Amino acid sequence: MKFIYKSWWKLLAVVMVIYTLIAGLLLHVPALPILHETIRNLYFHVPMWMAMLVIFSISVFYSIQYLRTGKEEYDLIAVESVNTGVVFFIFGLVTGMIWAKYTWGDFWSNDPKQNSAAIAFLLYCAYLVLRNSIDEEQKRGKISAVYNIFAFPIMIVLIFILPRLTDSLHPGNGGNPAFGKYDLDSRMRIVLYPAFIAWPLIAVWIATLRYRIRLIENKRNTIE
Amino acid sequence: MKKILLSLLLLFSATLLYAQNNDVEMADQMRSSGKIYVVIATIVIIFIGLAIYLFTIDKRLKKIEREN
Repeated sequence: MKFIYKSWWKLLAVVMVIYTLIAGLLLHVPALPILHETIRNLYFHVPMWMAMLVIFSISVFYSIQYLRTGKEEYDLIAVESVNTGVVFFIFGLVTGMIWAKYTWGDFWSNDPKQNSAAIAFLLYCAYLVLRNSIDEEQKRGKISAVYNIFAFPIMIVLIFILPRLTDSLHPGNGGNPAFGKYDLDSRMRIVLYPAFIAWPLIAVWIATLRYRIRLIENKRNTIE
Repeated sequence: MKKILLSLLLLFSATLLYAQNNDVEMADQMRSSGKIYVVIATIVIIFIGLAIYLFTIDKRLKKIEREN
């Protein structure tokens, strides 16, 4: 866990995000009807979900570790990861809504992708509410860890699998072309992949900051 | 005179039709006039600001951790 105190990967993440901001707006993108320049949202909207996915995976990993070892720090990592992941979840939802307004015609058109993303969001809100409603520490840790482990696969199914099986309008779903097809000139990859690495790193960074604050708070509470 | 007017009118309508016959509309013009760089500068400045902010939080936290 020493790496969370290092700063090289934080700097790397910042430099990579700056690169995607510049290259993502300047480099060539395929000209497609309806999408027009909004195809560039691929560089910014999709990495939000990638960051969320990575941070929630870390959370599940540490929830399992907590159940195995009972170490309190693991519980704290799991919670702070979810706290950070929820922020990126909101970013993903809101940027998706803005995009939907100008391509599908409405902020919220009850598209399967949008609806199941909203349900998954409530799933994680329920996790935070559940956690805060239990006072006893070990009980809270165990119940929330178990809930987290079950919430994760349901979130994956809701966001990434179910919309693919229905008639969602979202690119990559319901038989619609995903970026694999837009990408016939694969020049978009040179921006997208760095973004896929950089944004999760930023999310991890914020989560580690929250975790470190939580550690200090925890220490103070036990001393008192 | 009428003939000339009519032919001019038809010619004009033809150019109008031609003007609408664009391909997919992209921000090419905006970029050629160089103003997209303004937007990029704005976004990059905001992001650098946020990154510096995160780094200062990190630094302050390190200090508190040492004291603890």
